[in-house]
Amino acid sequence: MIRVRDLQVTFGEGKHTVKAVRGLSFQVDKGESFGIVGESGSGKSTVLRALSGLNPNWTGEVEIEGRQQAVRRDKPFYKLVQMVFQDPYGSLHPRHTIDRILAEPVAIHRLGDAERRIERVLDEVGLGTGFRFRYPHQLSGGQRQRVAIARALILEPRILLLDEPTSALDVSIQAEVLNLLVRLRRERGLTYILVSHNLAVVAHMCERLAVMNHGRLVEELSAEQLKAATPAESYTRQLLTASLGYDRAAIDQFEDFVAEA
Amino acid sequence: MAEDPLLTIEDLRVDFETTKGIVQAVRGVSFQVGREKLGIVGESGSGKSVTGRAILGLVPPPGRVAAKRLDFEGTDLLSADNRQMREIRGRRISMVMQDPKFSLNPVMKVGHQVAEAYRTHARVASGEAKRRAIEMLAAVRIRDPERVFEAYPHEVSGGMGQRVMIAMMLIPDPDLLIADEPTSALDVTVQLQILAILDDLVSERGMGLIFISHDLNLVASFCDRVMIMYAGQVMEILDARDLNQAKHPYTRGLLSCLPKIDGGHNDLAVLKRDPAWLEAKP
Repeated sequence: MIRVRDLQVTFGEGKHTVKAVRGLSFQVDKGESFGIVGESGSGKSTVLRALSGLNPNWTGEVEIEGRQQAVRRDKPFYKLVQMVFQDPYGSLHPRHTIDRILAEPVAIHRLGDAERRIERVLDEVGLGTGFRFRYPHQLSGGQRQRVAIARALILEPRILLLDEPTSALDVSIQAEVLNLLVRLRRERGLTYILVSHNLAVVAHMCERLAVMNHGRLVEELSAEQLKAATPAESYTRQLLTASLGYDRAAIDQFEDFVAEA
Repeated sequence: MAEDPLLTIEDLRVDFETTKGIVQAVRGVSFQVGREKLGIVGESGSGKSVTGRAILGLVPPPGRVAAKRLDFEGTDLLSADNRQMREIRGRRISMVMQDPKFSLNPVMKVGHQVAEAYRTHARVASGEAKRRAIEMLAAVRIRDPERVFEAYPHEVSGGMGQRVMIAMMLIPDPDLLIADEPTSALDVTVQLQILAILDDLVSERGMGLIFISHDLNLVASFCDRVMIMYAGQVMEILDARDLNQAKHPYTRGLLSCLPKIDGGHNDLAVLKRDPAWLEAKP
């Protein structure tokens, strides 16, 4: 279980301070898939980076599987929580083979038996062992994202943090990767937090979601409420309308939702 | 087919000679555009952007463009020399690219860039060009056009930058605008607001618009006609309102692999690519 209370993340100092996340609280149950939706600058990715330990400038409480998390995380934390990033072109070492990319986390955590683990995880993400000694540049975007997922899974984590995992991919490849993520969660009982700007992806992948704007939680709602188009907040309703495609009349009704001080 | 077409393309081919052989980016594409909104949709590598660039003679070397016909209102764009192309580019056909960060000159005030676009094609004094540029910035619904005129590109947001680009491309009053993923880098609400501006200007001025995008649903809701490209070929061209009755298996595959807000949590359909789609049109 993940419990976040009054999370605040700031960047910069003095008059250049930017409050990226301004007091966010939510809870994700074990085995649940939770979505965070927002436009650029809403702070959604920053939340994920603070949860994963990549961002040290946060205050508040983060409790994961019953343990309060400090700013610095220990090794068992990374065995439990892994992250998949947006850009599969930037997140894999260009001069390491897939084998070396996957062997590294196994070595760091002294899990042993790297050979068998690498073969198994490559099969699981649908690549097969034929990809083992290739380099990232020899792979397509979708294949690279499968490698990034394999690298996260090889430690057998309980929680996956997914930061826009398919937004750099073509829609036909997106479908394959989303299906893979759904299957892995079902088979392994994983907990997901999925960050995306795409409402349809979140509605497909998650049971519950949080909508963020300017670092604050706008509202929390179920995928059913989203499907029934009954969000409570006008910000969410506008986002929903905009996601449905071009509608000349609706656009004239759009409001600016500016940041509160 | 468009009545009274602005642009007629027949059998357009673009090849890139690389060290590993010839890459055929566009393989025999034919279509017409009138004073309407035509959407070109395809996945990455489908040749949609190269098609747009080929129209304006902007395919970079080693690309080679060939066509049976590439006709813009009686001018053959393939045989036009550089001087003729300069007359056409901007003045008659203009193009908006994806990311304003890379299309605007970073060391020149945005207003001056818009005014320059006007003065390149019209003999007017600088004061008149400035007045027109500010008018145009207001037309793309920039609230404070005098202030934005004096701003540098890094001082404006992505959505504002794209409005500036559209102002710059529309100020010479072209007949045809090619927009290559003009809003893909923007948030969805800003994206729609920019499209509304384009939509209004295109219909007010009776222009033609070629809208290139990877987003099938967006194109179908925005354009009059949609052309679906795959591997450098046209799979089908249809009226946007008939998209749900699309016949080609590729179009149907693209539609069904999209997650939907009101869909279930079931597995998404996966696109099965059929080599026969390409063999049908050698």
